[in-house]
Amino acid sequence: MIMSSIQEIQQEIVEEFEMFDDWMQRYEYMIELGKSLPLIDEKYKTDEYIIKGCQSKVWVHADLKDDKIEFTADSDAIITKGIIAILIRSFSGQPPQEILDADTSFIDEIGLKEHLSPTRANGLVSMIKQIKLYAIAYQAKAGN
Amino acid sequence: MASVSTPLTFDVKSIRKDFPILNRKVNEKPLVYFDNAATSQTPQQVIDVIVDYYSNYNANIHRGVHALSQEATDAYEQARIKLQKHFNIPNAYQTLFTSGTTHGINIVASGYAEILKEGDEVIVSALEHHSNIVPWQMLCEKTGAVLKVIPMTDNGTLDMDAFEQLLSDKTKLVFVNHVSNALGTVNPIEFIIEKTHAVGGAVLVDGAQAAPHIKADVQALDVDFYVVSAHKMCGPTGVGMLYGKEKWLEQLPPYQGGGEMIDQVTFEKTTYAGLPHKFEAGTPNICGGIAFGAALDYMNAIGFETIAAYEHELLEYGTEKLKAIDGLRIYGESKEKTAVISFNIEGIHPYDIGTILDKLGVAVRTGHHCAQPIMDFYKIPGTVRASFAFYNTKEEIDILVAAVERAKNMLS
Repeated sequence: MIMSSIQEIQQEIVEEFEMFDDWMQRYEYMIELGKSLPLIDEKYKTDEYIIKGCQSKVWVHADLKDDKIEFTADSDAIITKGIIAILIRSFSGQPPQEILDADTSFIDEIGLKEHLSPTRANGLVSMIKQIKLYAIAYQAKAGN
Repeated sequence: MASVSTPLTFDVKSIRKDFPILNRKVNEKPLVYFDNAATSQTPQQVIDVIVDYYSNYNANIHRGVHALSQEATDAYEQARIKLQKHFNIPNAYQTLFTSGTTHGINIVASGYAEILKEGDEVIVSALEHHSNIVPWQMLCEKTGAVLKVIPMTDNGTLDMDAFEQLLSDKTKLVFVNHVSNALGTVNPIEFIIEKTHAVGGAVLVDGAQAAPHIKADVQALDVDFYVVSAHKMCGPTGVGMLYGKEKWLEQLPPYQGGGEMIDQVTFEKTTYAGLPHKFEAGTPNICGGIAFGAALDYMNAIGFETIAAYEHELLEYGTEKLKAIDGLRIYGESKEKTAVISFNIEGIHPYDIGTILDKLGVAVRTGHHCAQPIMDFYKIPGTVRASFAFYNTKEEIDILVAAVERAKNMLS
């Protein structure tokens, strides 16, 4: 199986969201994605893996498998969880360097920009930072 | 107060015309602004005062001999007198301009660092905003004083029996908000002040949430310190007031060094200016102070009893309508409360509800409202808080209720 690149996956997500006429449908879809997010192992839902936002909490964990990073995550808020599902789909199963090079501008394209605002305090901005930090860490490890 | 019915002269439609922002749209929907406990909106009358200041007499105050400086000084000092009269403060020099409630609290807290001794006790309430908890924690760390907490009960009121147990001759200070920002509970400050004075302590009341709804009379209350912010009561951000009893203000050391607060300066010694300038170092928010006075004029022209009676109608209407939603729980059900409804829907995170409400043009606050101890008490991550002002309407509450229903359907 040939793995799609981050860019290809993000393009796919943008096209999926283009099918919806209004924000209600986009949000409903995102909530569904949130509900179907594979659950993070309960043992990682601890303070060690938590990203505390003022509004919602996010837990994120990463594992390296075959030189690719697999992310799992969760949130206590379903809309936050929906965006996590989108981010995980775009980043999980990718090599560290690709994750480091990728950006998240596709979130703007699908009309969810406000959720990645640093002032929103929902934990998502810190989650992306955490994803990148995992990529740096695993890349450094692979380089040794 | 709650039983007073709204006079026929109160016309919310004409009041709304005073607030240009209420005409705007959010996400293509007419704005429904229910975040008044965070900041209130500004009437045109106050906006005009701000524009007039910068257009016609912007100058530094208290130090120029030229005409503009004199005009600005006069307007600023007149605003101080408006505040003095509004809160029935004995003297204008006990009416200190601050940058807001937090600043007022910090002036008192840092002053008390010089007064408190190890083993003294400071009492705060469980319903406090973080701004009224953190400064006292810092103060106690610095002085060795002990911080005690008045516990809250399930309906969001303070446990007064427990409070009386906490009091002793070691009690030097009690800090309590007049109205809780997270729940809207009106606290029994008269009782707290009386009991604290009986053991020789002083009381600081955070009036930030009360001031837009209740006209406090500091002499009748016999309160030692009372602090408010202009931006909760139709004024601009960045300005507020600290009232203090003269004996305390004389005793407390200055908060900041700088211009305005000095009497004479040599390199050997500086003597401080008298009140209020001792606590007003540097160039103040001149325009903000003048606009604060204008905001009080505006609200007093409508009348605080009229405002409170109308808001109480909104509170009762909103409470009844929201309670009818299946699975909705209201936090804070004190008999005495301002027009604040803090709620959650079973199984749904407040952030999710707030996000959908915003999409529908309804502005509410979600989260812990800077009152995390209250959220810990209820074991919840936060609440959705709808807070009403006198320019809101029952029709807007209907929009909120419909929006909450819609959010609930989407999210459950």
